Amino acid sequence: MITKPLTGLMTKDELIFERSKAGKKGISFPKERIFSKPLAARIPDLYQRKQTTALPEISEPEIVRHFVNLSRKNFSIDTHFYPLGSCTMKYNPKINEEIARLDGFAWIHPFQTPETIQGALQVLFELQEMLCEITGMDAFSLQPAAGAHGELCGMMLVRAYYHQRQDFKRTKVIVPDSSHGTNPASAALCGFEVVTTPSGPDGRVDLIALEKAMDDHTACLMLTNPNTLGLFEKDILQITRLAHQKGILLYYDGANLNPLLGIVRPGDMGFDIVHLNLHKTFSTPHGGGGPGAGPVGVKKSLIPFLPVPAIKKKNSVFELDSNQPHSIGKVRSFFGNFGVLLRAYVYIRTIGSDGLTQISRDAILNANYLRRRLEKLLEIPYNDYCMHEFVATVRQYKSKGLHASDFGKRMLDFGIHAPTVHFPLVVEDALMIEPTETESKEVLDQLVEVFEIMVKEANDDPESLKKAPYTMPIRRPDEVQAARKPILSWRDYSQDLKRPSSPDMPSTG
Amino acid sequence: MNIPKDLRYTKTHEWIKPNQETVTVGITDYAQHEISDIVFVELPKVGQEAAQGKAICVVESVKAAFDIYAPVSGVVKSINTTLESDPAMANKDPYGNGWFFELTPADSEEINNCLSHSEYEDFLKQSTH
Amino acid sequence: MRYLPLSQEDRQVMLDTIGVEHFGQMLQAIPASLRNPEIRIPESLSEHEIRDLLGGLAKKNLNSKDHKSYLGAGAYEHYIPSVVQMVLMRNEFYTAYTPYQAEASQGSLQAIFEYQSMICELTGMDAANGSHYDGSTAVAEAVLLSLSKTRRRKVLIARSLNPEYKRVIQTYLSESNLAYAEIPFDANGALDREQLKQLLTDEIACVVVATPNFLGLEEDLTNMASWVHEKGALFILVSNPLALGYFKTPAEWGADIACGEGQPLGIPPSLGGPWLGYFATTRALVRQIPGRLVGLTKDTMGNRAFCLTLQAREQHIRRERAASNICTNQALCAIAACAYLSCLGKEGLKEVAALNMDRAWYFRDEIIKLPGVKLITKGPIFNEFTVQLPKSVSAVNQALLSHGIMGGFDLETVYPELTNTTVLCATEVKTKADIDFFLECLKAVLS
Repeated sequence: MITKPLTGLMTKDELIFERSKAGKKGISFPKERIFSKPLAARIPDLYQRKQTTALPEISEPEIVRHFVNLSRKNFSIDTHFYPLGSCTMKYNPKINEEIARLDGFAWIHPFQTPETIQGALQVLFELQEMLCEITGMDAFSLQPAAGAHGELCGMMLVRAYYHQRQDFKRTKVIVPDSSHGTNPASAALCGFEVVTTPSGPDGRVDLIALEKAMDDHTACLMLTNPNTLGLFEKDILQITRLAHQKGILLYYDGANLNPLLGIVRPGDMGFDIVHLNLHKTFSTPHGGGGPGAGPVGVKKSLIPFLPVPAIKKKNSVFELDSNQPHSIGKVRSFFGNFGVLLRAYVYIRTIGSDGLTQISRDAILNANYLRRRLEKLLEIPYNDYCMHEFVATVRQYKSKGLHASDFGKRMLDFGIHAPTVHFPLVVEDALMIEPTETESKEVLDQLVEVFEIMVKEANDDPESLKKAPYTMPIRRPDEVQAARKPILSWRDYSQDLKRPSSPDMPSTG
Repeated sequence: MNIPKDLRYTKTHEWIKPNQETVTVGITDYAQHEISDIVFVELPKVGQEAAQGKAICVVESVKAAFDIYAPVSGVVKSINTTLESDPAMANKDPYGNGWFFELTPADSEEINNCLSHSEYEDFLKQSTH
Repeated sequence: MRYLPLSQEDRQVMLDTIGVEHFGQMLQAIPASLRNPEIRIPESLSEHEIRDLLGGLAKKNLNSKDHKSYLGAGAYEHYIPSVVQMVLMRNEFYTAYTPYQAEASQGSLQAIFEYQSMICELTGMDAANGSHYDGSTAVAEAVLLSLSKTRRRKVLIARSLNPEYKRVIQTYLSESNLAYAEIPFDANGALDREQLKQLLTDEIACVVVATPNFLGLEEDLTNMASWVHEKGALFILVSNPLALGYFKTPAEWGADIACGEGQPLGIPPSLGGPWLGYFATTRALVRQIPGRLVGLTKDTMGNRAFCLTLQAREQHIRRERAASNICTNQALCAIAACAYLSCLGKEGLKEVAALNMDRAWYFRDEIIKLPGVKLITKGPIFNEFTVQLPKSVSAVNQALLSHGIMGGFDLETVYPELTNTTVLCATEVKTKADIDFFLECLKAVLS
């Protein structure tokens, strides 16, 4: 039922289940039936499904309209600017998509014998080699399916490494307080005790505190460099030397690799293990939250522990080698997210050795330009030359009841995605801004103009910011109700609608 | 901030009310305010053993989960099932209908390690400055 | 470089604004000894050259569009309606970020909510999450959930579970002194129910069973849930989601967690990924579900709205206390599955399931008429089955390739006692003529 006019180009809000009508179908099947009698009757009763399904019954044009209209309720990198710190929302090249859909890549089965997938294995092998070159590592496994998955794999490698040396006392992992939340979570999931060290007054690792935290129970130090404030750890060589002297492995969180291509390599800094987020630095699409890929690279001493199978090249033939007695095993089936790996391969071949450095240079230039322009409007607590991102704060508006997320929400009204808000934890009311290299100067200037408006609003009419956004398909959702009384499916929802006393239920329109 | 005089407290913001044989435990007004909208309380099981200072149940807000620590060792005697259907009760009435669980203490001396209302008040003053 | 919008003039203006003479001044924090490493990768290629290069590499792979493939064993060839491709190619879906900003992500959020709803419909379970990386990691996460829920340290896994999944579970468990034991299968490939009863103790956190299992057999799970629950363990069932068009649902078998591979739901095999791990539970486990969940709520104006919910235990908030370190799902693959299941609908699901059985049952009935071919999986099947051949599977497959056919998976590589044994698959994309041609070729190869 339509109850009010629609705004903009929006269409009526409907769940696909609400469009369903008995007997409709959005698919056609071949007429051939080899058996003339229906087979279902031949399934013994005890195996037969009795529950009915409420899958929607709907025709093809309705399905298309439903999903196209849904898509229009999204921000995306092809429609909007995402200055989203540590997320590297860069442009996703179209040729990558075209290649990934070729029959010779999309319609190959992971159990095919190696001689029938030589082209795919060549892509994977060469991708490993190129990632080694770019990061300064000795070997890569492409198996992990996401950044956090790569971290988990990396932590498993750390454990396997010490266990093989019969060193069972190293149970601690050091993580700076500015680290990504996944770092401590991954370490804890592998059974390590997490030790958090504070940042120094310049926002970088506090060497003295770090040295104090390192002892012969420390297995690993996890760092991201540049750190989440966008600052390069200038003492990195001392840090890695110190750790190695104490027999500690160094883990590099590659979430922030984008400003380092051709400029400096984690392997040369002294890191033993790295994971990369191919959906960040290497341009593969985020897909609204996946699929991604989180390859893990290691130095020589850790190669024996990498997941199986290893992809090897012998006399220009590509082979799979599962005979790795010290391997941690498999963190995912087969080769990982091949389709994502393939896109990253295409990207690196497109950029080439001659284009790599300019990617990072422009990412750094864009971030520093924005930082300089925004420092006149916002407080930037660690205002030093940054790499690909920097962190501003709106804590001066706290007394007006405004927080970082309010500014983020208001930005949506100006067609710019919110920055990463309330992170890193070392800065109160943080706005973490990463423009990436694929945005033009004009777009960056627009962001500054938006902040000029928002700062004025924050001073003159803070209440209006608290209720933003105003122009999106919805206003702020009631997250408290969503968590107290979770409605997670159509079935939950339709049962809830039937309940007579349901004052909380939303109206549709 | 409401800090009733007849209760004992912990530095992790639980309150303890000594009864005849048992103690009742909940979270303080300060804690519920800091957590803000409580969306879910995972209560301990009746009969579960509690160790002083160890996590025994979890409180969730929209954006965070918090451990609740046993103020004294003992065995869980009863739980406040109201919180399962109405977790917001811990916000509305933290010292009354929003209580969490009742413990039979293993050692009646342990409660003496807990803070008095004035000590808790001082502790709050120090830690919020 | 065509991906870079800054002009040379822009760059100079920006350096001036920043207040540096040259770019290198901004890199002072980087030790000079480390700067400007030599990166030995090939030079850049034009789009035209890339297309030729990758087109050539793609041709080096035998694909199932050009070669009839009877490989199943965890990845299946189904027809994908063009509507599904169209949805995936919407820029607003595939180039969107994770929907943390709900107001600007209602499209992704609603689509994932609809996906969750459809997984509930398929499995009969109460709640499904927004997906995991793939079947193997979904099952591994289910096992982890059971360990933390029961606070026990032992798991029982059906030997007939996909070997890739077992390997991932073992990897996830290997470092934590957790005991892993397998439930054997009998000569027909069916789970050994008596053995299961023997192995079940009150130290077991979960029992993981697949139906259809890796050999293609649908399992009889009568009473199994109650045996498992009597011991206080969780019952985890792994199913082919399309088989659920006709076969009993995990909910009907009494599962606590239903999980597995969603690739059959409109996703191409792509050498193993990206795929889709589906994950659904009973009401009692909702707050323990790892990964993303989308909930329906209302906005401040009272209108229907969707947002991520039950996030309190996620890694970005709870850090080292998080229930899992997962921070993504396979959102785009979930949207593909949602579009695919929308096309199928209630009747189409049954129809596609029936077509799979039509092909596979005929295939099975006919292949065992060939001399020396013995059926192992005597019992109900969905779209694959296991037979023993009179010759080695690798030799047979090699010979079939010369006829343009990719044969079945060689089970001897994972179950050494199953010599010359293969699991073969025929889905709705095969015709009677295809199957007859396969049988003809196999006959020639075996004689």
